[in-house]
Amino acid sequence: MTAKTRASRAGASTDRIEKRVVLRAPRARVWRAISDATQFATWFHVKLDGAFVEGIVTRGQTTEKGYEHLKIEMQVQRIEPERYFAYRWHPYPIDPKVDYSNEPTTLVEFTLEEAAEGGGTAVTIVESGFDRIPLARRAEAYRMNDGGWSGQIKNLERYVA
Amino acid sequence: MPVFAALADTTRLRLLRRLSAEGPLSITRLSEGTGVTRQAITRHLYALGDVGLVRRARKGREQIWDLNAKRLGIARRYLDQVAAQWDVAAARLKALVEGPEAG
Repeated sequence: MTAKTRASRAGASTDRIEKRVVLRAPRARVWRAISDATQFATWFHVKLDGAFVEGIVTRGQTTEKGYEHLKIEMQVQRIEPERYFAYRWHPYPIDPKVDYSNEPTTLVEFTLEEAAEGGGTAVTIVESGFDRIPLARRAEAYRMNDGGWSGQIKNLERYVA
Repeated sequence: MPVFAALADTTRLRLLRRLSAEGPLSITRLSEGTGVTRQAITRHLYALGDVGLVRRARKGREQIWDLNAKRLGIARRYLDQVAAQWDVAAARLKALVEGPEAG
């Protein structure tokens, strides 16, 4: 896997996940894939009801096999063309019977820059705010997602091999 | 207090590391060499206990504290899992932008 993830296991940084990935594609191309809701939907495996607009909630559902019933809501925070895109959401709402709307959200940020490493575009993805998500929720998400995600990762390994 | 906030304090982290390295310990032992009063250490242990990260037990007349390993594992595995989901998503983003762009 080319993507590297840092999920620090101690201290304040357990609140966030940070990932940096270098893409062999021009910045404008990467920006479209992230900020255009239609393109975002294809790689994020969701179906969305509208474009991304600052201050507006984009609603949709996942298209992940077996999880099609799950609704998602992306509260778009900031759009800075070809540089920065941020939204808040309820991380992985896995139980359709539970109303997550009163629970805290996490912040997802995409930052784009020119890659120093032989051209291309570096994308940093940060998801933060896990401190505020109740432990019971995380335990439940872990329990319910485990099988599904192990399968996903196997698929991915086949795909990139 | 959310579990990750309980982990964000250096004294509490130090207490967890010692319990993790040395096993169950009394408050007296946990206070030694910390420069922090027994009362403060006790408060920190109760804060960790409230979010289920440590457990209180009794050994003779002394109170001892131990890690609640199961609870710690949940918080950690959840983050690992979210990180794995981003790995998968980022790989799909890479495949999309490095391939031909659809009209």
